[in-house]
Amino acid sequence: MEIIMSVVIGFLFMAAVYLMLSKSLIRIIIGTGLLSHGAHLLLLTMGGLGGESPPVVADGVSVSDYADPLPQALILTAIVISFAVTSFFLVVAYRAYQELGTDNMELLKGTEDHE
Amino acid sequence: MSNLLLFPIIIPLIMATILMLFPNKIKMQRLFALLGALATLTSSLFLLFKVYNDGIQVVTLGSWPAPFGISMVSDLFSALLVVTTSLIVLFVVLYSFPTIGIKREQSFYYPAVLFLLTGVNGAFTTGDIFNLFVFVEVLLMASYTLIVHGGERQQLRESIKYLLVNIISSALFVVAVALLYSVTGTLNMADLAIKIPQIENTGILTVIAVLFLVVFGFKAAIFPLYFWLPASYHAPPMPILALFGALLTKVGVYAIMRTYTLFFTMNVGFTHELLAIIAILTILAGCVGALAYFDVKKIIIYNIIIAVGVILFGVSQLNEAGVQGSILYLIHDMMIKAVLFFLVGIVAVIFGTSNLRKMGGLMKTYPVLGWTYLVAAFGLAGIPPLSGFPGKLLIVQGGFEGPQFWGSIVILATSLIVLLSAVRIFIYAFWGEPVETKPLKKSAYQAMLIPSMILVAITVFFGVGAELFMPFVSGAAEVLLNPTLYIEAVFKE
Repeated sequence: MEIIMSVVIGFLFMAAVYLMLSKSLIRIIIGTGLLSHGAHLLLLTMGGLGGESPPVVADGVSVSDYADPLPQALILTAIVISFAVTSFFLVVAYRAYQELGTDNMELLKGTEDHE
Repeated sequence: MSNLLLFPIIIPLIMATILMLFPNKIKMQRLFALLGALATLTSSLFLLFKVYNDGIQVVTLGSWPAPFGISMVSDLFSALLVVTTSLIVLFVVLYSFPTIGIKREQSFYYPAVLFLLTGVNGAFTTGDIFNLFVFVEVLLMASYTLIVHGGERQQLRESIKYLLVNIISSALFVVAVALLYSVTGTLNMADLAIKIPQIENTGILTVIAVLFLVVFGFKAAIFPLYFWLPASYHAPPMPILALFGALLTKVGVYAIMRTYTLFFTMNVGFTHELLAIIAILTILAGCVGALAYFDVKKIIIYNIIIAVGVILFGVSQLNEAGVQGSILYLIHDMMIKAVLFFLVGIVAVIFGTSNLRKMGGLMKTYPVLGWTYLVAAFGLAGIPPLSGFPGKLLIVQGGFEGPQFWGSIVILATSLIVLLSAVRIFIYAFWGEPVETKPLKKSAYQAMLIPSMILVAITVFFGVGAELFMPFVSGAAEVLLNPTLYIEAVFKE
């Protein structure tokens, strides 16, 4: 299972990098979304998969019976943060499109001297 | 267990929340922002003396025992930085009154500044590596708001790049935390410091340490990850730039200093030599930029990068003089960068441009501004007895005692370039033929100059009276060099 997850994570990172290297701003934002998905899945996988009991200490339940609950708490935090950042990014991108009239990163190059 | 160390985090948070209720009442906004900054500064000063007298303060949230709950740890190093941060935010708020403009004040400018203060203070105080990520996100979110605040064309264009770089580095942060957790099974910094030396396979830990260096390096703007900084920092107006220049990169520097002294010490021969080499390259890259541009903002912005290199070189030596010097220089640099941006901001307002070639002859009309700037510039370059000198002296001494003596030579040589770059502004803007200036109301000029002058006076005092601050600094360095003190304090609770 961990192997499959690793492949999935690697694929997500690959897709994210591919999207972020494109010129369209929307593709870049989708790329950042995929990147954070990959990072979150990595966090889940690194905590160890498997185990069927709920993570509650009880009679007859040993540590190896349940999955580590901590990475799940961490992922929840990270998901909320990346959700907020992505929505902010989308708003900024929309405003930038309104002001600058383009979403092509090639045309957003340059410094204040070219303004 | 004392909750005092949470106050510098909670006070600005509450104040910012209150401020969001009445965005249009400017007088109230100013008053509450000032009160919030003052209250934060007062509580952080109390905290500093509490830590100085009673040792490291620890609060583990929810009363869970140390490795399970989230620990907030305030040792002298973090308390000193919290005090400096609160001080700078106070002056930035004061400087914002005449400069930022009513439109920005009405659209949640002060809440964003206070949220930034919350994030920075939290990042300096936390004792948990994932909690550090959360606080870094808090301060980044505030900084996203501030960098795009006002919505000018240049700001929108640059903030997209700033956002993208920081989102990528945050994703890498999560990856680095995940890998660290899978190897050690803990995220508490003190617990990490116990667990990491017990792990025999140091290869994977070295990889993780370098990954963390990349993550924090994005924030701290080290070579070659500083590429985003000059353009992004150039976009926002001057008070925001001063805030960013003084505080944001320093969070990255702090995180590198903390992790590379507390627990990533298993392979010093590789990681810390790498850090030293990167630090020196950072200094050189910053020097090239500082000399290449004729834009006052850009010159000071590249000086941020130089200072990051100098501080990190001191840490990489891992000896008493080097670490003490780094702490002194870090505090000095936070204050001097803020004040230089303040002063350069006044100059830019007077000429209506930040291009040095279009300036000149200000010495006759604004002599006080000229002399204040000169003192600040000499302080930046570290001319004794001003504030940059003691820190740089100790860093250079640490370099000569440590393995990378050549780094000290580079630092000494580049000090001259720093001096040249700062004095060049003085020569072009204050000497030479007078150039036509924009009319500036006397009251506005004074409202800008007085906070700057007080902050310059504080930096001068910090340099001349460095002996007074040495007990704090050596206490801070002691904890950094002896992780057992930190570990014992956390697990004593």
